[in-house]
Amino acid sequence: MKVMRGYLMDVFVYGLINSVVLILMAAGFSIVYGISRLPNFAHGALYVLTGFVTWIFLRKLGLNYPAAIVLALAITALIGAAIYQFFLVRIRGMEASEIIGSFAVGLAIMESLRWRGFIGHGFAIPVFIDGSIGIGGVIVDFQRIIIVGAGLAITVSLWVFTHYTKIGLSLRGIAQDERAAMMLGIDSDWTAVISLALGSALAGLGAVMILPMGNINVEAGYNVLIFAVAVCILGGLGSWTGTLIASFLLGYAQTLTVAYIAFHYQMVVAMAAILLTLILKPSGLLGRQKELEERV
Amino acid sequence: MTAGKRKERLDRGIKVRTEGIYTLSSWREMIYLVAPRLVLILGLLIIPLLLPSSYYQKLICIMCIYALLAISFDFLTNFVGLVCLGGALFMGVGGYIAGGLNSAFGLSPILTIPIATLGGAIICTVLLLPCLPIRGVYFAIVTLVYPLLLLKIIEATRILGGTDGLPGLTTFPNIWIDQYLIIGITILSIFGLRRLVNEDIGLLFRSIKDNDQAVKASGIGITRYKALAVFIASGIGCLAGAYLCHLYAWVGISFFALDFSILPIAAAVLGGMGTIAGPFLGAAILVPLSEILRALGGLRIVFYALILILIIGIRPEGLFNYFQRKYHQFEHWIEV
Amino acid sequence: MSEESFLQVREVSKSFGGVKAVDGVSFDLAKGKTLGIIGPNGSGKTTLVNLITGFIRPDSGKIFFKDKDITRLPPHIIADLGITRTFQIMRPYYTLPAYKNLIAPLFSPRVKRTSGGKFGERDSVAIDLLEEIGFERDSYVPYKLASTLPLGYLKRLELARCIALRPEVIICDEIFSGLSMAEIATMIPLIEKLQMEGITIIMIEHRLRELFRIVDKVMVMNFGEKIAEGKPQEVMETERVKEAYLGIERRK
Repeated sequence: MKVMRGYLMDVFVYGLINSVVLILMAAGFSIVYGISRLPNFAHGALYVLTGFVTWIFLRKLGLNYPAAIVLALAITALIGAAIYQFFLVRIRGMEASEIIGSFAVGLAIMESLRWRGFIGHGFAIPVFIDGSIGIGGVIVDFQRIIIVGAGLAITVSLWVFTHYTKIGLSLRGIAQDERAAMMLGIDSDWTAVISLALGSALAGLGAVMILPMGNINVEAGYNVLIFAVAVCILGGLGSWTGTLIASFLLGYAQTLTVAYIAFHYQMVVAMAAILLTLILKPSGLLGRQKELEERV
Repeated sequence: MTAGKRKERLDRGIKVRTEGIYTLSSWREMIYLVAPRLVLILGLLIIPLLLPSSYYQKLICIMCIYALLAISFDFLTNFVGLVCLGGALFMGVGGYIAGGLNSAFGLSPILTIPIATLGGAIICTVLLLPCLPIRGVYFAIVTLVYPLLLLKIIEATRILGGTDGLPGLTTFPNIWIDQYLIIGITILSIFGLRRLVNEDIGLLFRSIKDNDQAVKASGIGITRYKALAVFIASGIGCLAGAYLCHLYAWVGISFFALDFSILPIAAAVLGGMGTIAGPFLGAAILVPLSEILRALGGLRIVFYALILILIIGIRPEGLFNYFQRKYHQFEHWIEV
Repeated sequence: MSEESFLQVREVSKSFGGVKAVDGVSFDLAKGKTLGIIGPNGSGKTTLVNLITGFIRPDSGKIFFKDKDITRLPPHIIADLGITRTFQIMRPYYTLPAYKNLIAPLFSPRVKRTSGGKFGERDSVAIDLLEEIGFERDSYVPYKLASTLPLGYLKRLELARCIALRPEVIICDEIFSGLSMAEIATMIPLIEKLQMEGITIIMIEHRLRELFRIVDKVMVMNFGEKIAEGKPQEVMETERVKEAYLGIERRK
């Protein structure tokens, strides 16, 4: 009996951590889509890019860790903004081109990294604090606890940002009704740049939190993109609360799969989530139904 | 007010004269219409005879394979409204069915290719069925993810030969069959699809793309026609995959590689979307080009991606549309 | 089945987020009659049409057509049963000639059924339809690219799309909008011809004067609710309607 309880506790704690990991992975994509209706398929690329840039700053240029992270995030945010300003702005509104185009950018980034030799097991960034503690009989390392804390902090600060600051409120305004917001003087291009910078920074933030737990490799870029997309579809494209709920559902589903079936099937679970959502409730758990059915 | 100039484009006289039955009245007009198509067909048929070595001949085969993927992408994206980011899905499914049948049961290509084409098309259509009743962006996402997913599954579970794949498959009897088979298929596909999109059912597909609400309001169940379109496109893709496994005598997880998803898109965008023939042109340019750049290794994909970005951003109409416009119209400056 | 029960809408409601777009609307429409639905912008008229034709599912309420419950049916099935609609924002297939725009509807199972098996080539059926609708047959108009057609013709094309289906009910969503009075005057005979053929029509309009001449009764909506129903004259005299349109303050 004691053993089983220990096992359940394992699943509970690691499920929680996994869910927050998903939140961190999906946040950037969700925000960009929620605000500007842009499916940013370069999301995964920006994720790994931040990891590698941090590594470069840390190992090659010898900066101290916090500085490396901050700089890397700033660079990623700038790159995200640049992607919009110089490319996506031209194809805004044509959904097919947006997907192909942003995916092409992500592809260019990720495959360039792969070509430059950023493959294999040589790259890692360290955890923030070493060591671990026991929680309810489960051993959890500090990095994972930091992740959960970060996830919480991000969720809260995003909420505060979009409800109480001027920029945040204009972002919300655009998200809810683009034309009305434009009539009130909020520039949709400018908010798109901001949202892309923000989304990229969030992607990068997730990267620096999560990557220390393993190695940095290019494959992670594709995986993160798929997981982020799965979470957002399950939760409903454009709904932040939906993203949160979906992260937990998917997080626990994946943890259970790992515990009871096999490690490799995580992606299958993600795909199954996407397909099931599309079959049963295409707009996702909390998606704005209007998007799907009212397109007149 | 200053007088400015603007460009005016007018149809060439000969184009207007060839628009109806009056074409038959003169050789010159008939040649005007038929020439481009003849050049394409004859060119393709003659090229194998001109090539110096089997290296180049294999290249033509690969080019046709990519062309098939590119035209099915063009068909789905621009004539039905389904953005397909996963040509690799068709390649892999077709390749593994044909390869598996050949390896496990020793069936010859004459059987495996048709079975892989039809069976693969059915399987792909079923796999993609959930996204058909809904908006296009989901189709794009799902087609993008499937090849990556299937690749990982095969890698992880080691079925169908795992990472090594299935070697030692039957090849075609000689190099001439290699080439003319695929060339024939390519020509048939190009002209067949071009014909299809102008037939009534093609118009139905295009209506679905332009305004699916109106089509629904006209009492037509959209899902089944989209499924038909996916069936056709995936059939072509699976055919290409089945062919490839017998060309190389091998099938493996690289059939699901991003190359097969991305290069067709780049070829279609470069060559000119919405024309079926344009993507062929794009493939004809990109495949030899990527061979030349083979030394760069993985950078190839970056190259395709950059081409995509450039074309989408700057001249989205693509080459074929550009040439077609030049062929049919002339422009001059006029005073405003 | 009583005279009145051809199309029945019962307490239909739909909310988006916190906004109640349609709030407990009910009405009956008898076969062959014409109903006008009017009301200020945003009063939920188009949403109501979307609900009836199956493009949106109601949160509550029911809709019956010929005593059959059509509330949760998908749009193409509802169209197949005989209820068609026009769209406010038209998107004809610009690169195709006008008559090719009608090919799609001619694919529907309903057309195959109601034409009794005999069916000419779709092209010629399409041209015939256009002639019925007022496109001059021997002119080049049916062959012109849809992108070059003036608005009046586009509206007719939209109507032709509905008629192609041989419907029993046609719902016109602001089909007069954007047309000049002269153009509307030429479209009215078309509507009247449909009425004479016994087709039940619902028209959402803002052009009241033109509308009132051809409808049998009128329903007024405001803020998602039905606030009046009846003959045009009676309805326009109602206090609530006057308030809705003109914002008349009641004097204490």
